[in-house]
Amino acid sequence: MDALGGLLHGFQVALQPANVFWCFVGCLLGTVVGILPGLGPAATIAMLLPLTYKMDAAGGIIMMAGIYYGAKYGGSTTSILLNIPGESSSVVTCLDGYQMARKGRAGAALGIAAIASFVAGTVGVVGLTLIAPPVAAFALSFSSPEYFALMCLGLALVVLLSGSSLIKGLLSMLLGLWLTSIGTDLFTAQSRFIFGQATLLGGIDVMVIAIGVFAIAEVLSSIEAGDDAKVLPVPRGLRNLLPSLAELKACRFAFLNGSVTGFLLGCLPGAGATIASFISYGIEKAVSKHPEEFGKGAPEGVAAPEGANNADTGGALVPLLTLGIPGGSSTAIMLSALVLWGVKPGPLMMLESPDVFWGLVCSMYLGNVMLLILNLPLVPLFAQILRLSAYILFPCILGISIVGAYGASGRMFDLGLVVAFGLLGYLMGKLKYPAAPLILGFVLGDNMERALRQSLMMSQGDLMTLVQRPISAIMLGLAALILLAPLLGKLNRMRVRAIAEGG
Amino acid sequence: MGRTILKDGDVISGAVLAALGVYIVMQSLAWEYSGPDGPGPGFFPFWYGVAMVALSLLLVVSAVRRGSVEREGAIDWTATKRALSTWAAFALSVALMNWLGFLVSFALLTFYIVAVVFRRSLVAAAVTAVATALGFYLVFPVALSLALPTGLLGF
Repeated sequence: MDALGGLLHGFQVALQPANVFWCFVGCLLGTVVGILPGLGPAATIAMLLPLTYKMDAAGGIIMMAGIYYGAKYGGSTTSILLNIPGESSSVVTCLDGYQMARKGRAGAALGIAAIASFVAGTVGVVGLTLIAPPVAAFALSFSSPEYFALMCLGLALVVLLSGSSLIKGLLSMLLGLWLTSIGTDLFTAQSRFIFGQATLLGGIDVMVIAIGVFAIAEVLSSIEAGDDAKVLPVPRGLRNLLPSLAELKACRFAFLNGSVTGFLLGCLPGAGATIASFISYGIEKAVSKHPEEFGKGAPEGVAAPEGANNADTGGALVPLLTLGIPGGSSTAIMLSALVLWGVKPGPLMMLESPDVFWGLVCSMYLGNVMLLILNLPLVPLFAQILRLSAYILFPCILGISIVGAYGASGRMFDLGLVVAFGLLGYLMGKLKYPAAPLILGFVLGDNMERALRQSLMMSQGDLMTLVQRPISAIMLGLAALILLAPLLGKLNRMRVRAIAEGG
Repeated sequence: MGRTILKDGDVISGAVLAALGVYIVMQSLAWEYSGPDGPGPGFFPFWYGVAMVALSLLLVVSAVRRGSVEREGAIDWTATKRALSTWAAFALSVALMNWLGFLVSFALLTFYIVAVVFRRSLVAAAVTAVATALGFYLVFPVALSLALPTGLLGF
């Protein structure tokens, strides 16, 4: 099926009333989650996944993707009105968005953010539509050594970009590899690391880890931070939310810059929307005729990062859907969800599950339109969510976490694990260990071990097979380069500075 | 976070992870490393265990070599205690679920968070606790037919 045929088929799936409904639910939930500081899309997807078990794969993934990109739209609202980013990818939007709001241009700032998100989000999906088929076709030639090398490269990129300490990123990933080894060995049925607990023979459910490390840990960190801020007033009425012609004209290049930068960086595992938003802001400031206005309420300073943060979604789905390699926490959980529904992301996904693949892609075109409608006229309504007291919100998140973890297996044992992983996630945050490599290590660990052992079986134990095949050798070489480059002091200082600026 | 605390945290967490790495390596040695069909179940854990020991020792050594650094800002112990007490209450409510069921345990957890962590009045805490527990009951078991943990009382 070519891209055009795929699109036609995808729209038939996405426009089914049930799927339109799930797309809307996902976008709505995503917007709310994006607005609420302390609750991210990864945690929400993890908590709600057990509720989607009874849904078909297309409807489920359409809703989850809606939460994923909807949160990016919603994230700008708190940045502009509160100077508190709802999501890390909206940190840079605070710089100019909040300044515009203080000057009485809150409506225009919110409008620019919504329009940039729509334009770049749509460009990102177009990019996904065009690039996914050739990438998948190329990946069809991959065998076990190439897959092992690809996973090494993906994990190396995630570790490189996830925190200021490379050692902590690697340790976090190794912890994920260990956690995924718990249970029964893939090849020999040998039980590993089960501590005498028969319940652990089947391994640990990824949801249990994700709910603990993200949802519970986020609640604990938010309670510790005790953020309390005043919301700037939002002008009512669509007219007050539309930017002026001069502002839109000033943002022309920013829309394009955000779209391209966001999509390209989104394709790289680990880079993510946060880094994309900062880089596009940097580019915008560098090429601007009036860089001195950045940080004081320049509309381009809102358009570029908001665009990049939304175009990133389309990019992030390229490696997830065509190679089965997630680039971040949310996509890692989406990968697990697809596997649970019996869908195998990878080069054959387009052929084996066209409903899911093309249905998801086309639902994102619809979702972007829905989000534009939700985020322009309804922003004042959503801003009211910020008045929801934390003492009501946090118990609700803990309650949904319990329901989510228990709903997945019906085992009290899993709730105990959620408690333990909640503490682990909180302590990791306090000690500056990034959580993303842990979840990526956990999700990819099984496949990585399988690919490595299959490669060595094929070569009768000869490790050289990994470097004798050209694609595998190139990817392993890149992974090694990525991990060794920071040993050069100057390069590491650049990396740390980029991450620090990226929040 | 003060850098001294972070340094101490690096040393402690590095030591804990080094111990975990040693445990992983020891365990993996008990399993087949390589057999006639290729690598065994001990192969992969052995190597990531070795990597974990090496990296955590590197973390400890680099933290110790940083020496004592001046604190950039004191840790807010009150805030940390607030977070940890919330976690303890969450853990306790999960432990009590076998006997009290989800609804009562969750209502008690909510009451604690509202009354103690957020220092709202007892009336506000009681109303929030009952209302949220009731809301969860109506949404999950009633509307969505999802099972919640039940206790000795049957709910």
